[in-house]
Amino acid sequence: MRSNDVIIQTATKAVTFIILLFAIYIFFAGHYTPGGGFVGGLLTAGAIVLLMLAYDIETVNRILPVDYVKMVGVGLLLAIGTAAASIVFNVPFFTHAHDYVQLPLLGETSLHSATLFDLGVYLVVVGVTMIIIRTIGEDA
Amino acid sequence: MTPVYFIFLPLIFALFVPLLFKKLPQLHTGWFVLAAPVILAIYYASFIPASMHGETVISSFSWIPSLDIAISSYLDGLSLLFSLLITGIGALVVLYSIFYLDKNREQLHNFYVYLLMFMSAMLGVVQSDHLISLYFFWELTSISSFLLIGYWYTRDRSRFGAMKSMLITVFGGLMMLGGFILLYVMGGTYSIRELIVLAPELAVHDFFLWSLILILLGAFTKSAQFPFYIWLPDAMEAPTPVSAYLHSATMVKAGLYLVARFTPIFAVSSVWVWLVTGIGLLTMTWASFFALRQRDLKGILAFSTVSQLGLIMSLLGVAAVAFHVEDAAGTVFKYASFAAIFHLINHATFKGSLFMVTGIIDHETGTRDIRKLGGLMSVMPISFTLAVIGSLSMAGLPPFNGFLSKEMFFSAMLSLTEFDVFSFDTWGILFPVIAWIGSVFTFIYSFYFVFNTFAGDYKPDLLPKRANEAPIGMLISPAVLAALVVILFFIPNLLAEWFIKPAVIAIQPFLYESPEQVDIHVAAWHGWYSTELYMTLGVYLVGGLMYWQLHKWQKIYNVFSDTYSLNGLYDAMIYFSDAGMNRLSRLYMTGFIRSYLVYMFGFLVLITLGTLAITDAFALDFTGTSPIRAYEVIIGLVLVAGTITILMAKSRLTAIIALGAVGYTVALFFVIFRAPDLALTQLVIETISVALFLLAFYHLPQLSRHEERMPFRIGNALIAAGVGVTMALVAFSAHSQKSIESISEYYKETVYSEAAGGNIVNVILVDYRGFDTLFEITVLGIAAIAIISMIRLRLTRKENPHEK
Repeated sequence: MRSNDVIIQTATKAVTFIILLFAIYIFFAGHYTPGGGFVGGLLTAGAIVLLMLAYDIETVNRILPVDYVKMVGVGLLLAIGTAAASIVFNVPFFTHAHDYVQLPLLGETSLHSATLFDLGVYLVVVGVTMIIIRTIGEDA
Repeated sequence: MTPVYFIFLPLIFALFVPLLFKKLPQLHTGWFVLAAPVILAIYYASFIPASMHGETVISSFSWIPSLDIAISSYLDGLSLLFSLLITGIGALVVLYSIFYLDKNREQLHNFYVYLLMFMSAMLGVVQSDHLISLYFFWELTSISSFLLIGYWYTRDRSRFGAMKSMLITVFGGLMMLGGFILLYVMGGTYSIRELIVLAPELAVHDFFLWSLILILLGAFTKSAQFPFYIWLPDAMEAPTPVSAYLHSATMVKAGLYLVARFTPIFAVSSVWVWLVTGIGLLTMTWASFFALRQRDLKGILAFSTVSQLGLIMSLLGVAAVAFHVEDAAGTVFKYASFAAIFHLINHATFKGSLFMVTGIIDHETGTRDIRKLGGLMSVMPISFTLAVIGSLSMAGLPPFNGFLSKEMFFSAMLSLTEFDVFSFDTWGILFPVIAWIGSVFTFIYSFYFVFNTFAGDYKPDLLPKRANEAPIGMLISPAVLAALVVILFFIPNLLAEWFIKPAVIAIQPFLYESPEQVDIHVAAWHGWYSTELYMTLGVYLVGGLMYWQLHKWQKIYNVFSDTYSLNGLYDAMIYFSDAGMNRLSRLYMTGFIRSYLVYMFGFLVLITLGTLAITDAFALDFTGTSPIRAYEVIIGLVLVAGTITILMAKSRLTAIIALGAVGYTVALFFVIFRAPDLALTQLVIETISVALFLLAFYHLPQLSRHEERMPFRIGNALIAAGVGVTMALVAFSAHSQKSIESISEYYKETVYSEAAGGNIVNVILVDYRGFDTLFEITVLGIAAIAIISMIRLRLTRKENPHEK
């Protein structure tokens, strides 16, 4: 299915990147302001869906050759791995660690192991959403 | 390193098995696996000197501290003996399997992973002092046994046998768990040692009898006692090394271990004595009788194992009487626990070697059907020698170890008649008689097994393969066991010092202080004036005569119907649960989503409203509510209007757009009520789901109205209204009734100090309730897999009907 929708395609080129950047911002901001892995993941998926609407599934698959099934697996491993890593440090399962460090350019920043867990959530959400949409879209 | 960690050594080995299997295909994985039981056997052997003096080693680590659940290892005489059996026989079985299983044709990595898993589980069962960890390992043996029986999973019989053993043993395991929990309720501790100390108090508790029966159910199912024995013959579908290991030497003995371990707690009860002794003897005689019906060599051995387990079980029952009779009389019953342990060791040696010989026959001739075999004596002389040693020991002939323990068995049974507890003085005479009958049949099937296979006419045309003697590697393990059978006959008292007496202490802890006090001397000769001698001679005489005339009376087995038997009952139950339940589900599983929604919403309304009414939870309290502003009313009206549009929509596109509108309006509510996280999520979700609808839009069928009839529509309207009213009531009541302080204050206070975060919603998601999120994303993953399998796999099959 080749569509010839110039306006939406041109707009998509710009908007997709804005959405993606916003998704990344929201993902990292989640610990202090609204956002987080779940919403970030959904936004990312939304950006990809927008691409699919503007172009078509085959084109998007070519642009983003991602195996979403593997993505879900990696996300789950990351999430459970973060939770299980606490066992190595002899603290109960799911204990998160955080600390403040000085980073170049960014200055004082707080680092959380919870972010890794959230990254797992992010990956799973993107993966699952895309699996659902692609599977149903390709079937249709 | 404390012993508790060694329980997991086989599991750690198992981690490397798949890797080795892939990377080193030229090496038989078994050689690597062999190291695990050998290391463990040497390790456990180092505890023997301490155990001989009655010392015990306790070690544990905490598993779920908040529930007081720990994995603890308690190494006393009994568990040390079992650990040595598990690892010692395990080593021999692994060695044997290296030659038995072809490394090119078999899925060795699966096999050895299951076997190692089983080994860990079994060590855990016998060493656990903690009831919950005992149960955990107990079920792990059921699961690994299930996997091993179903190892050749392409065969129907294998799967059937695996399923049967699993259903029966897991049923027993669950019953046992119930018994354990009752013990905990009564005693307030999970530790078996502490429960033994509390035994007198437990005995008067109301739950005592219940927990006794439940725990016995666990032991009886695992040790294949009547009427649960039916799984063991079907478990013979497993590869022969597995049969030798699990179904004769170790797993089936877990039930015996359990009975022995709990004897100090339950022995005060007459129910325990009667049940354990009675069921044990019944099983022994019943199974020995039906062993002669079998045509399959492994079938004979399976029934023989059931029978021998019954024998040991009955001895443990008699051993419990020792708690009830005074000094002089008690010594006889002390005999019984000694005999039980002794026969347990003997059975492990001779039955292990017999199973391995059966495997050799199967491997070398291609059949186990006793009607086709015969005359193998000259072709396979070494196997024949090993089989004779094992069988004659099983039959109770000297100079093999089975003779000694069989004599002690008779003594123990005879002693029952002499005491007037639990009306044994009247009924007791039955026990030696039944025991004697069982022994006669044991004698016959032992001869049937060995001489119908190795003596008589050689029938090479009936055999699928040309028979040869087995390779030397396959003979090592059975030869070692057969050698033990003979050696143990000559040094029973050394064995007693090392293993049996420390184990007896564990069964009868109130009677002895240290193993040295167990003053039992095993002798092969009791003198001319002992009843045991004449009972034994009677067994030889009658058994010999009956074996001589076997071909004449074996036909009587044909009268036993297959349909009206325990197996028939099992099959009927499986059939009923399969077909009957299927029919039942078809009644309500109509295939229409609307029916399911009707059930779900109907139950939601009934249960929620019912609960509200019964607990009198409904309340209406509008104090502290904020005023409703005009634009909130407007948004609410838009919401209602959108919903009505969905209901009335004639085309799908209208419905989708209206649905989107409803979703965005809800998001607007979140914005107004200052829940930006929810609003954000809701907005994105709505966008994506609308996009998803658009993607699939072309291909969805036109909206159709299936149910135009009035009664349906009225019913639906009622349910819809009910759900609405219910949810409104719940919301009002939840707002109006606050029995406990809201948790949000706690979050508000600790969100920065504990989690160093500013956004409560997100901190709850990833930190406070991280477990929820973890499981939620797992559910998401499973949903994705389900969608793939439902849609994509169906598509590929449609396109390529010939593939898979």
